[in-house]
Amino acid sequence: MIQINDLHKSFGDKVVLRGVDLEVYDGERLVIVGRSGCGKSVLLKHIINLMEPDKGYILVDNIAIRRVGQSDLFFLRKQFGFLFQGAALFDSMSVSENIALPLVEHTNLTSAEIAKKVAEKLEMVGLPGIEELRPSELSGGMKKRVGLARAIIMDPKYILYDEPTTGLDPIMAANIDKLIIELSEKLKVTSIVVTHDMQSVAKVATRVVMLHLGKIIFSGSVDELYNTENKVVAQFVKAEAEGPIQPKPIKY
Amino acid sequence: MTNIVSSLGRTTIAFILEAGAVFIMLGKVSRYLLQLWKNRRLVYEQMMVIGVQSVPLVLFVGVFAGAVASIQTAYQLKGYISYNYLGAATSVAIFIELGPVLTALVIAGRVGASIAAEIGTMKVTEQLDALESLAIDPLRYLAMPRIFSGFFMIPILTILADFVGIMGAYLVAYINLDLAPEIFFGSVKEFFSLLNVFSGLIKAFFFGGTTAIIGCYVGFNTSGGAEGVGQSTIRAFVLSSALILLNDYLLSIILF
Ligand SMILES: Nc1ncnc2c1ncn2[C@@H]1O[C@H](COP(=O)(O)OP(=O)(O)OP(=O)(O)O)[C@@H](O)[C@H]1O
Ligand SMILES: [Mg+2]
Repeated sequence: MIQINDLHKSFGDKVVLRGVDLEVYDGERLVIVGRSGCGKSVLLKHIINLMEPDKGYILVDNIAIRRVGQSDLFFLRKQFGFLFQGAALFDSMSVSENIALPLVEHTNLTSAEIAKKVAEKLEMVGLPGIEELRPSELSGGMKKRVGLARAIIMDPKYILYDEPTTGLDPIMAANIDKLIIELSEKLKVTSIVVTHDMQSVAKVATRVVMLHLGKIIFSGSVDELYNTENKVVAQFVKAEAEGPIQPKPIKY
Repeated sequence: MTNIVSSLGRTTIAFILEAGAVFIMLGKVSRYLLQLWKNRRLVYEQMMVIGVQSVPLVLFVGVFAGAVASIQTAYQLKGYISYNYLGAATSVAIFIELGPVLTALVIAGRVGASIAAEIGTMKVTEQLDALESLAIDPLRYLAMPRIFSGFFMIPILTILADFVGIMGAYLVAYINLDLAPEIFFGSVKEFFSLLNVFSGLIKAFFFGGTTAIIGCYVGFNTSGGAEGVGQSTIRAFVLSSALILLNDYLLSIILF
């Protein structure tokens, strides 16, 4: 279980998170929605301590992730798969080296075993046989899926997906949604999915939260999301131009 | 007036904080030196990039530096001291100063800047975050192999530069002064002292380390996209060249 308590984060005088409280239960598929630039990626990065909060704390399985030393932090991080919004592939390495890196660094598997696992994960994300390509030779959507293969290579307990289906065609997006559901059902993975894709939300989510102006303003099922009384949330899910949220960027 | 003082104070404090941050990084990296064998693949790779791939450049600079040293020395000796001492005078200059300093300066341009650019690019494209997310410490994975190779390979490159520098020096002496090899190398040998070579290599050791450390530090502290990477590249080169010269001065005081 992940518990996020009163998380605050600013960059200079720009306040991004202003007291996020959120619990993520084991086995659920939590979807986080919110406007572009509202701090979803920042929130995800705090969960594995890639960013330090100004205030507040996060517990992963009751361990305060900021308080532990480096070896414990790395032990915790090995239980996480993180799909970066921009894929963040290592461009000095081939696709297979990218995906294999955690195995090479953290396990004693032979190269044959590693190659087998890499091929297996590439198959899962719908990109069999591209081991030898370089990241610069991939399309945006392919990079995303290689990033996903790398995120799941260690069979993590938690997977954090930052916009997994952005930049994919509808069929591929549906396949990735299916993969997210499969991973969570078969391997009992706890998933946190950040997305703008409302079709994905409807398919994937067991619970949805909305981040707005630095706080969680909604938490509930997909049905509740669509039938909410909250005007801000309603405008967001119905994708309307008119409503409490102004189209011009808000000064946070 | 108070403005000048306060801004001077601020700059000094910023400088001290930054220097402190460099040493903190160095402390963390040095812990990973104990895992050198475990990380041999990464270290080997960097030895190739930093050392072996710099060989052509170092040879080029070495030959010409030696040649110039020879011409200059010959000019200074002219009419006062016999050219028979040309070999000794040139080789001592090459061993203790020209070899290590020029090698280190071209390495600062080639290696220091490229370390900063590479790590800086990884920083702004979230590849460093990706390493962290995979429970891999960038200080072990990226910094340690580079810094170790910097310390280790620059002295080796310097030996190479010393050698071809003396060859270049002789070549010029032969062409311009028709100096016989027995005389030139005889005087090199007569005044050869292992201590000179060794003190040059000690310098090279520190210069190489400095270059790699600054490259890594500047790379890790890059921000702001492609423009930031460009600035880091320049910063790494300027800082490491300045520190090489400063180190040279300090080490010369200590060593001689
Ligand atoms: N490293 C950083 N330095 C300064 N500001 C940052 C940094 N990272 C994020 N921000 C700011 O924090 C805010 C939230 O960014 P974040 O990337 O979390 O948005 P997001 O909700 O993921 O948006 P999107 O849906 O477009 O990906 C943005 O306004 C951004 O400018
Ligand atoms: Mg984002």
